[in-house]
Amino acid sequence: MKKEKTFSKEHLLYIKQVKRESFLVWIMRFSILFFLIGAWELMAQLGTIDTFITSSPSKIFNTISTLWVENNLFHHICITLYETTLGFLIAVVLGYVIALMLWWSERLRRILEPYIVVLNSLPKIALGPIIIVWCGSGSKAIVFMAVLIGIIVAIITMLNGFLATDKDKILLLKAMGANKFQILYKLVVPGSLPTLISMLKISVGMAWVGSIMGEYLVSRAGLGYLIVYGGQVFKLDLVMASTVVLCILASIMYALVALLERFVIKYK
Amino acid sequence: MKKILELKNVSLNYHTLEDEILAVKNLSFNCNEGEFVSIIGPSGCGKTSVLSMIAGLIKPSGGVILINGNKNTAKQNLGYMLQKDQLFPWRTIEKNVYLPLEIKKCKDEKSKKLAIELLEKYGLKDFKKSYPDQLSGGMRQRVALIRTLVFKPELLLLDEPFSALDSQTRLSVADDVYKIIKAERKTAVLVTHDISEAISMSDKIIVLTDRPAMVKSIFKPDIDGDSPLRKRESPYFSKWFEKIWKELHI
Repeated sequence: MKKEKTFSKEHLLYIKQVKRESFLVWIMRFSILFFLIGAWELMAQLGTIDTFITSSPSKIFNTISTLWVENNLFHHICITLYETTLGFLIAVVLGYVIALMLWWSERLRRILEPYIVVLNSLPKIALGPIIIVWCGSGSKAIVFMAVLIGIIVAIITMLNGFLATDKDKILLLKAMGANKFQILYKLVVPGSLPTLISMLKISVGMAWVGSIMGEYLVSRAGLGYLIVYGGQVFKLDLVMASTVVLCILASIMYALVALLERFVIKYK
Repeated sequence: MKKILELKNVSLNYHTLEDEILAVKNLSFNCNEGEFVSIIGPSGCGKTSVLSMIAGLIKPSGGVILINGNKNTAKQNLGYMLQKDQLFPWRTIEKNVYLPLEIKKCKDEKSKKLAIELLEKYGLKDFKKSYPDQLSGGMRQRVALIRTLVFKPELLLLDEPFSALDSQTRLSVADDVYKIIKAERKTAVLVTHDISEAISMSDKIIVLTDRPAMVKSIFKPDIDGDSPLRKRESPYFSKWFEKIWKELHI
């Protein structure tokens, strides 16, 4: 229910100032983007920079449209999206379940702690050759890489969220006669929802790292493949164009998670 | 009079790898039906441990605790109220109050109605659909009390329930809580370190010794007045304060 209310002049002025400030922020954001692109393009046109090395906005745009028409850019996008999303989903679901198990049993947590620490500090890319041998050189290997990179962070973030549950709230539920399962689904799971959202945000980034890194190692299609291929044949236009597409896709995926946050968390 | 709570020679040991600490020793006291009993003592003397044992959250190392003559305290009908209100921020006020009903699997129309009635009776009618963040500290503590009342507990355990509030709110919330408890005819055990709070609210005050906690003395302040705020106005109030203060600091 929205109440009709009349505000004082001072308050209206305050609202105006707040709005003007956020408008200014948006203007500046776009200005920076336009300035950078403009300067880049201008220098490219004037020949101050070598477009063979730096490419240029117009060339990137042209490359994207040619790629779309001639080289089936959509296909590459789909493949990378598929690998990233699948890697993301597996890492997140598996990570959540494992974190739950570790929360449930303190003994299991203590037993597995050193393994998690080691796996966390290990640079997953080092496992590349092993993954190729095990999973072949297709999408499977790339998804595996994405899962591997994402899951440890997902587990650690989620477990910390579960363990941060207010001890007094657990005490309160126990005094009501709650069993461990009730404590879990009445308190620990809903209470760690904000952690779940930040875990999802981190995992989106991790999944992209994993899938692109996987595509660098193996693969015959995908945006990571295009970037590596472009680098190898020294076509910077292709590298830049793929990177731009990647940027856009990653932002959209992050925005989706942020949107989810609005739906899920209704209280402050 | 019917004894709701009985402690007989209760003792408690704390174990760490380095040491074993005797926290409570030979503690015995009773609590009659409808009585408001306060437990005070020097800080760190194990007051909260006593309450946890009554609630069945920790097992005493020795002795017996009887609630309504029954031994197994873990599944008893006890209401526990803590320092902070511990309302769940993701639940509305109404749903927070239903929580114990869900835990005890007795969330039926009748008990839901009782919960709503209690909310309405104690001035929270317009906040049923609000989230805890939208309420003041005093209101939240009142919701917390109602949450402990919805499943009709035989005994209320209050662990310094006002100490997180500022001193102004504290007096009025203590007054509210007292009136609600008396109106619902509940038996209550309050743990506090605030002497005047104990005097203004209790029928019986149990003073504990320093660790290991034992009963040092029991007082029954008979001050006229139907509420804690009234009792504070009485000329006898300061005499009782002095008496208990001395008892605590000998």
